[in-house]
Amino acid sequence: MVYKLVYENLKHRPVRTLLSALAIGLGVTMMLTLVGLGEGMMEDQATRARGVGADLVVRAPGSSVVGMGSLSMNQRILDYVRSQPHVVLATPIGVHSTGGVSSIMGVNFEEFSAMGGGFKFREGGKFADQGEVIIDDLYAREKHLKVGSKLNTMNRDWRVAGVFASGKLGRVMIPLTLLQELASANAKITMIYVKLDDSSQTQAVIDGLKKQLPEYPIYAMEELIKQFSVSNLPELKAFIGVVVALSVLFGFLVVFLAMYTAVLERTREIGILKALGAGPGYVLGILLRETVLLAVIGSAAGILMSYGTRWLISTFIPASFVQAIVYSWWPIAAAITLGSAVLGVLYPALKAAKQDALDSLSYD
Amino acid sequence: MAIIEIQNLRKTFRSGDVDVHALAGVDLRVKKGEFLAVVGKSGSGKSTLFHVLGGLTPPTSGTVKIDGKELTAMDETGRTRLRRESVGFVFQKYNLLPTLTVRDNLEIARDISGVKGPWGAQFLDVIRILGIEEKMERKPRQLSGGEQQRVAIARAIVNQPAILLADEPTGNLDTENSDLVLGLLQHLNKKFGQTVLMITHDPEAAAFADRTVQMRDGLLHSA
Ligand SMILES: Nc1ncnc2c1ncn2[C@@H]1O[C@H](COP(=O)(O)OP(=O)(O)OP(=O)(O)O)[C@@H](O)[C@H]1O
Ligand SMILES: [Mg+2]
Repeated sequence: MVYKLVYENLKHRPVRTLLSALAIGLGVTMMLTLVGLGEGMMEDQATRARGVGADLVVRAPGSSVVGMGSLSMNQRILDYVRSQPHVVLATPIGVHSTGGVSSIMGVNFEEFSAMGGGFKFREGGKFADQGEVIIDDLYAREKHLKVGSKLNTMNRDWRVAGVFASGKLGRVMIPLTLLQELASANAKITMIYVKLDDSSQTQAVIDGLKKQLPEYPIYAMEELIKQFSVSNLPELKAFIGVVVALSVLFGFLVVFLAMYTAVLERTREIGILKALGAGPGYVLGILLRETVLLAVIGSAAGILMSYGTRWLISTFIPASFVQAIVYSWWPIAAAITLGSAVLGVLYPALKAAKQDALDSLSYD
Repeated sequence: MAIIEIQNLRKTFRSGDVDVHALAGVDLRVKKGEFLAVVGKSGSGKSTLFHVLGGLTPPTSGTVKIDGKELTAMDETGRTRLRRESVGFVFQKYNLLPTLTVRDNLEIARDISGVKGPWGAQFLDVIRILGIEEKMERKPRQLSGGEQQRVAIARAIVNQPAILLADEPTGNLDTENSDLVLGLLQHLNKKFGQTVLMITHDPEAAAFADRTVQMRDGLLHSA
């Protein structure tokens, strides 16, 4: 019976109910989008790293696992890596940041192709030695580029020579030698991807390499991929903490305001219930249920809206950001929202529960 | 056997520096099954008596026993229980819950009292007598004032309270509807032995009661 009253109350002010639920949902969407971005970007990095088709990777000393890195490794290492037993192919890769989350990658096209079974070109093909780039399809979509388009990066104009299927480490690639020249980083590389004749020897090869290159982080591919995890991004964790706190505050304020006005406007109804013998607990229960319902509707709306943000991101900026749907965060976000909503209703509900029956009945 | 026993009941309001003695030593006994009218001029203390008897406000002093329960000693929890278990209210303004249908207005009163299950035969009878059985799915705003007041009467007695308290139940109704509602109160009183204490300033309304007492300046006099 109480549920009918709760339902009718919410229905009675449909706009307020809808707006409150949406506002509550916004917090949920913020949390889910951020967490989804973290997961999505990590998954995407993992997929792209795996797409190279290597068995192990040698990175520069002191470089972060999840970051793309810079041109800081001496190219001479390459010869040493190549001389190791079981190594059939070792290809250097240079990464140069072009601001924000975007970077440009220098590769030895033939070697890089051989390692992963080649690029799948959607359009066009290999770059020339000068003045040409190849880009992946997501980058092409985000920047509205196709073969023959002009692209400006590193202070010069490039012609797009080919558009390849994404999943090959980089999104924008030029010849490595050219990148080194433009970045004034002669004979410097960022990492080395290595292919072996026998994958089961990976650990043995790593152990061998580590003897001579003790400072160098060297990872088996699967091990590297495991590192692409949100837990390795302390900044993201802190940021998620901030967003959770904001969502709690937001949910609290929205519910406080919505329920406070509801209580004020329902003084008479509360008085009637009290005259009928309803105690503080009964009145409290009504408002609490109303709030829980609002939070549940809001959470559902927030989850739906997180599909909306994912659609927006994958439609307009697919190369810069990838948002995953993280199911495990649904109950977390909903619980956080519920908690803040219950905190928000506390004061209005207590005010209502303590209200004198007579005050409101003698209103007229 | 008295269902209401009041001795030397006082209720004093402090407004500014002066004390207003709304009830200045009321004595009253109401027998079970009686239909009593309290008449009196505006400001004589009728509503105050209604509020005290209904447990809506505590008395200042004196003794008030309703259905054997001593009201003066009650705290807010006790008065809540009194309202839930022993009294039913009918107000001048009908005070139905506007978002609920007639049926749900009656159900919520049962829910508050923790009563479950289908309506008893007697209550179905009450609804028929009140002539609201066809209006069950309507919202209050889809009812006339007279109909709303009949629903309010049904709600007041749905849990079979010891006393039905009515404060100017016909104050908002025209003569025809007033007579109908008063006749119904009388009928319920006779048929089911429902004790009724009705407050009114209208002598014609009071004529429906078994007995009338007059309130003057916070004191009761038999009429
Ligand atoms: N909450 C209050 N605070 C101060 N004075 C009050 C309060 N309630 C009632 N009074 C005073 O108590 C006296 C009795 O009021 P009450 O409402 O009982 O009169 P009444 O007989 O019901 O009048 P009416 O016929 O106009 O309804 C009045 O003088 C009134 O001003
Ligand atoms: Mg009055």
